[in-house]
Order: sequence, then structure tokens, then C-alpha cells
Amino acid sequence: MTKNKILEVKALKQYFQSGSTTIKAVDNISFDVYEGETLGLVGESGCGKSTTGRSIINLYNITAGEIIFKGKNVHTNKSKKEKQQFNREMQMIFQDPYASLNPRMTAGEIISEGFKIHGLYRNKQERQKKIYELLHAVGLNSEHANRYAHEFSGGQRQRLGIARALSLDPSFIIADEPISALDVSIQAQVVNLLKDLQKERGLTYLFIAHDLSMVKYISDRIAVMYRGKILEIGKADDIYHHPVHPYTKSLLSAIPLPDPLSEQRRVRIPYEHQEMPENATYYEVDEEHFVYGTEQVVNTWISSR
Amino acid sequence: MAKKVIEVKDLHVHFKTFSGTVQAVRGVNFELFEGETLAIVGESGSGKSVTSNALMKLIPQPPGIYAAGEILLNGTDLIPLTDKEMSKIRGNDISMIFQDPMTSLNPTMKVGKQITEVILQHKTISRSEAKIKAIELLNKVGIPFPEKRYSQYPHEFSGGMRQRVVIAIALAADPKLLIADEPTTALDVTIQAQILELMKEIQETSKTSIIFITHDLGVVANVADRVAVMYAGQIVEYGTVNDIFYNPKHPYTWGLLGSMPDLDNEAEERLYTIPGTPPDLIHPPKGDAFAARNEFALAIDYEMEPPMFKVSDTHYAKTWLLHEQSPNIEMPHIVRKRIDSFLAKEAMHHD
Ligand SMILES: Nc1ncnc2c1ncn2[C@@H]1O[C@H](COP(=O)(O)OP(=O)(O)OP(=O)(O)O)[C@@H](O)[C@H]1O
Ligand SMILES: Nc1ncnc2c1ncn2[C@@H]1O[C@H](COP(=O)(O)OP(=O)(O)OP(=O)(O)O)[C@@H](O)[C@H]1O
Ligand SMILES: [Mg+2]
Ligand SMILES: [Mg+2]
Repeated sequence: MTKNKILEVKALKQYFQSGSTTIKAVDNISFDVYEGETLGLVGESGCGKSTTGRSIINLYNITAGEIIFKGKNVHTNKSKKEKQQFNREMQMIFQDPYASLNPRMTAGEIISEGFKIHGLYRNKQERQKKIYELLHAVGLNSEHANRYAHEFSGGQRQRLGIARALSLDPSFIIADEPISALDVSIQAQVVNLLKDLQKERGLTYLFIAHDLSMVKYISDRIAVMYRGKILEIGKADDIYHHPVHPYTKSLLSAIPLPDPLSEQRRVRIPYEHQEMPENATYYEVDEEHFVYGTEQVVNTWISSR
Repeated sequence: MAKKVIEVKDLHVHFKTFSGTVQAVRGVNFELFEGETLAIVGESGSGKSVTSNALMKLIPQPPGIYAAGEILLNGTDLIPLTDKEMSKIRGNDISMIFQDPMTSLNPTMKVGKQITEVILQHKTISRSEAKIKAIELLNKVGIPFPEKRYSQYPHEFSGGMRQRVVIAIALAADPKLLIADEPTTALDVTIQAQILELMKEIQETSKTSIIFITHDLGVVANVADRVAVMYAGQIVEYGTVNDIFYNPKHPYTWGLLGSMPDLDNEAEERLYTIPGTPPDLIHPPKGDAFAARNEFALAIDYEMEPPMFKVSDTHYAKTWLLHEQSPNIEMPHIVRKRIDSFLAKEAMHHD
């Protein structure tokens, strides 16, 4: 596979002002996403995962940094046409399948909402055809088009959210905790669906979650975030089998596995955060595997691996 | 032998709704001994919360009805008890942790006071003694600076800290039975792990029995002694945690186990999924309620409801596949493979 960078995030900062305090929700992060891959973004609640996703899709005026999508700077491409193009190509799936869909709209209306804005499928028949095609793509059927969102189960709603995200034929999808609210058997359905769609349509995903086991399963690479910073990024297997940063190790040690005998022996590694000095940066510890820190600290982590 | 704390016999709970009677719980049986943890697993809508709310007699009536069965707490049936009698039992003998911590906290009352109130309700001690005990509890559930936190309001706590406060309140009266309905689902793995450790620690010292509801099978493997797998208002498989994870017999349990990703498996395999949707509990299907979604269904599954077959003294499953005249059907390959790899790892560990 030749690797094309579809997205480049460079020194992104997203700060919020809350009274007199500044919340550094995202604090100087850099990473690339390659075309056709899934990058998983994990970390504890409040570490800045959603903010990262929202900054990338241009929901905020970013505090500093650059976001380059398909070679163009997201926050400076100002022509209306370019903006519309960007809005089609990048879509977001939201965490809560209950809150993110308008209960007074039918499935068909929800899916086709974007068509008007972008002047697509103006002919009614064409529009209908596209709606059915999208419903089928996510494992629903044509009869569902006239049902209201509140008549769907959690898993079906999440499928509807995915159909809506696909409606404008995007190339890049930010999935913000798309399965956290669902139970295991439905999680598996949605994850299989996302994988199938990726294969069929060559989609690229930024997959945000705090459930490490599903992230490991779906991602090609994983970025581990903590207090607004990405501490470690690398291939999913390397992050899982050969973590370097103590925070990653701690996070992994806390995942309970469906294996009672090994659970009896599991020892959780507590994490003690160590503030890094100004000169901290990313060190490549293995091919495509980067760890944030100072040279000296990273070396001690590597030697204790 | 350990003391039996609770025994549920043939429990049926219905809800009268506009479109008909929802048979939410359809004949549930289980027992729980002192110091033991029972995990109840099953998909959304299978009746886990209704079962646990019934043990606390918290089913709203109407629309709810305790249609049949007994809930024996230390031998006394709770079903005929009055509200007044029940409120003595709640908190004293049985405490419950609800999924959403905010529903059980009063946003306008300081956290510390909420804990002391519970203590005072159940113990005849002075207010200042109760305060000392409350601070001790906050400390035990891992809240830093408990003296300071004692006089703060719930909104000044993070989500994970609020859930720990709820746990502190639930433990304030030293209950004999603690029911925890998805207590950690909304939390990060790290905080989840801390809370599970704490619950186990408290269980060890005070011999509490715990009913733990979750759909996270990793959590089940971590906390449970026994597991009840629920489907469409019934327990379809019941056994020790090892029975259920290493020797599952019900095809629904196979489906649940198969839908978890396997972290050590490098190969790109699709996750196993259970096709179809759960049955309508207003008109539960004839025969085995799981038949329509069961790829191994037999003709009899559409005709007759299976009984609980005994697999061993500790292990039961409600599937015709266990009948002596049934064809020999193996669990799906993906589940078999995973169990084998867990057991191989275990064997290696002992070498
Ligand atoms: N619009 C906003 N105004 C002020 N602060 C904000 C805003 N959005 C997010 N924050 C803060 O930024 C930090 C990061 O929040 P974010 O929602 O990105 O976290 P997250 O990693 O997605 O967490 P979770 O797993 O809980 O969804 C938090 O401290 C949050 O309170
Ligand atoms: N007050 C009520 N009125 C009518 N039906 C109800 C009521 N409460 C629960 N039910 C029904 O009873 C069934 C069992 O619900 P229950 O809440 O026990 O599911 P659960 O297993 O806890 O699911 P989840 O994992 O989503 O929490 C569902 O079909 C539900 O719709
Ligand atoms: Mg978020
Ligand atoms: Mg429930």
C-alpha cells in the first residue's frame, strides 16, 4: 500500500476560555492520517478527543496550528465552492444515537437533509433511489424510510446516523464514540458495518473511543491522548503489544478481558503523571511508532520496556 | 456452607401498556450466597433492570405488576411486604447503585450530608459519629481530600467521582446485598478498574453479596462468581464464571462471547454477530424465544419451550441442543478458538 496523507494536523491548539482560566483542551498535537486507514484516538474522559475531532471538521476557530485536508488548509480555504466541497468530503458520526437525530423527522428526511444544501439529487425519483441505496448500505430496508427516528432501536439509530454521514459520499469520517452507547452484540454489528463500508468505499476513519478493545480491533494505528496531548502513536499492534509510554501501559493494564482465569491475575499499573519540559517532542522508537517526551526520559522508558 | 442471602423463585413482572401487556420478566430463578457476586448479562431490553428493580420492590405500580413468584430475603418473601416494611429493608439489607449517578444524588444537598443522612437512617449513632463515618467512606471510595469534599455539592464532582459517591452512599448502611446496575458503564477503564477493586475489597471485609448488571463481558470475568445470561425476560444460561466463559452451552451465550473482539488475534476476522432483533415481549414467541435468531435452531424450538437442562451441579442452560436426542452441535469456530487460546495461555502460565 502506498501511503497518501489525506489529513495533516500540525501543532494544533484548541483553547477555551472559562472565566479567568484557560482550558487547554488540545495542546499542540501533530499527526497524519493516511488515505483508507483507520486511526483510533483513545484516552480518558475530558482529555480532548472530541475537541480534536471538532477542530478538524472546522467547528471551531482553532487557537493555533494548521489542518491540511487533501493538501488544502481547512481553516483558510475561503472560496464558497471549496468550503462546500470540504463539507461534503468530511463527515462526523456522533456518540449518542438518541440525541443526534431529530425525532420528528423520518429516516428518509434525515438522510436526505444534506441533498438540498448541496443541490444534489433534485429529481424526486433520483433522491428516493439514493435514500434506499443508503438504507441498504447500512443494513436497513426501504420500508424504514418513512419511519420516525424515535421508532428505531439504538443500533438502528446508529445505522441511521451512519447513513446520514454517508449521504454526501464523503471520503473521511470522524466517528466520535459511535458505539459506546450500544450493547456488545450491536456494537459488533456496527463495527462490522463500518469495516465493510470502508472496504467498499475506500473510506478513511478517525475513530474516537475510550473502549480500547474495540479500538484495537478496528484501527490500523492508534493515538493515545492525555490532558490535551498525544503521548504515543503507532501501529495498533505495536501500541497494544509494545507500549512505551507509562500512560499507555497503565491504560492497557486496566482493560478487563473476557477470560476469568487471567482476570484473577491481572495487575493494574497505576499512572503517575510527569510534566514534560518545553523541549519535549516526539521520538520515533520503532517504525511509525512515536512517543512524546524528552530524549532522556524516552530512553529510560524504552530500556524498561 | 455459606448462608443463602436471596432466592428468587419463578419471578414474573409485567407492565400494562397501551398496546398490551409487556411480559418483561418471565419466570426468573436464582439464588445468591453470602459474599458472592452474581453477574447478570444480556442485551438491551432483556429484563436485567426490571429484575433488579423488582428485588428492591421498585417497580412502579401501575403500570407494573408482580405477576407471580417469590423473592426470598433470608427466607422472607418481599413481594407481599408494604412500602413501609420495604423502606426499612432498602438501604439496610439491600442497597442499589443505579446506572446514572445523578438520579440518586440530590443536586441541592451537600455530598457529605447525603451520606450522613443514610447512615443516621440505619444506625443509632450521633450526628458527629455519622460524619466521621461518612468521611471514612469517602476516603475508602478513593475521593481525595474527603474532609473538604464532604461539604461540596454534586456538581463540583466529576462524573467518575459522583459515581464513587453513589457507591459510598450505597455502602453507608453496610448492606447484606448490593445491587449494582451498570455502575461502571459510563466510566473510563482506569476509574472502572479502581471501582471494581474497591467493591471487591469491601465485599471481602463485610461479606456483602453483590448482583452486578453489565453488558461488558470483561467486567463480568473480573467480578463474578456466578453468571446469569438473560434473554427475553428469562435466564437462559446459569453457571459459575468458568462454566459460562470456558464451557458455554446456549447459542445466545455463544453469540455474546463471539461479539467481543479478541485483542490477541492479529488476523482480520469479522466479529460474530447475532442476527435479527429481540422478540416482542407483548407477544412472546411460541417455543424457544431465541429460535428465530438461532442459526442452530431445531424444529422443536418453534413448538415447545425448552426446560433448563442440567450440565453440571453448577451449570444449567435452557436450550433443546442439550437434549439427549438432539444432534451434536459445536459452538461457533470463533468462540471455540478463543476459549482454546485462553486455556492454552492458562496452561502455559502454570508451566
Ligand atoms: N466549548 C467548550 N468550552 C469550554 N470548555 C470545553 C468546551 N469543549 C470542551 N471543553 C473542555 O475541554 C476538555 C476536553 O473536552 P473533550 O470533550 O474534547 O473531551 P473528550 O476527550 O472528548 O472526553 P469524553 O471522553 O468525556 O467525551 C474538557 O476539559 C472540556 O471540559
Ligand atoms: N415502565 C415500563 N413500562 C413498560 N415497559 C417497561 C417498563 N420498564 C421496562 N419495560 C420493558 O421491560 C423490558 C425489560 O427492560 P429492562 O429495563 O429490564 O431491560 P435491560 O435488560 O435492563 O436493558 P438495558 O441493557 O437497555 O438497560 C423492556 O422491553 C422494556 O421496554
Ligand atoms: Mg468526547
Ligand atoms: Mg437496564
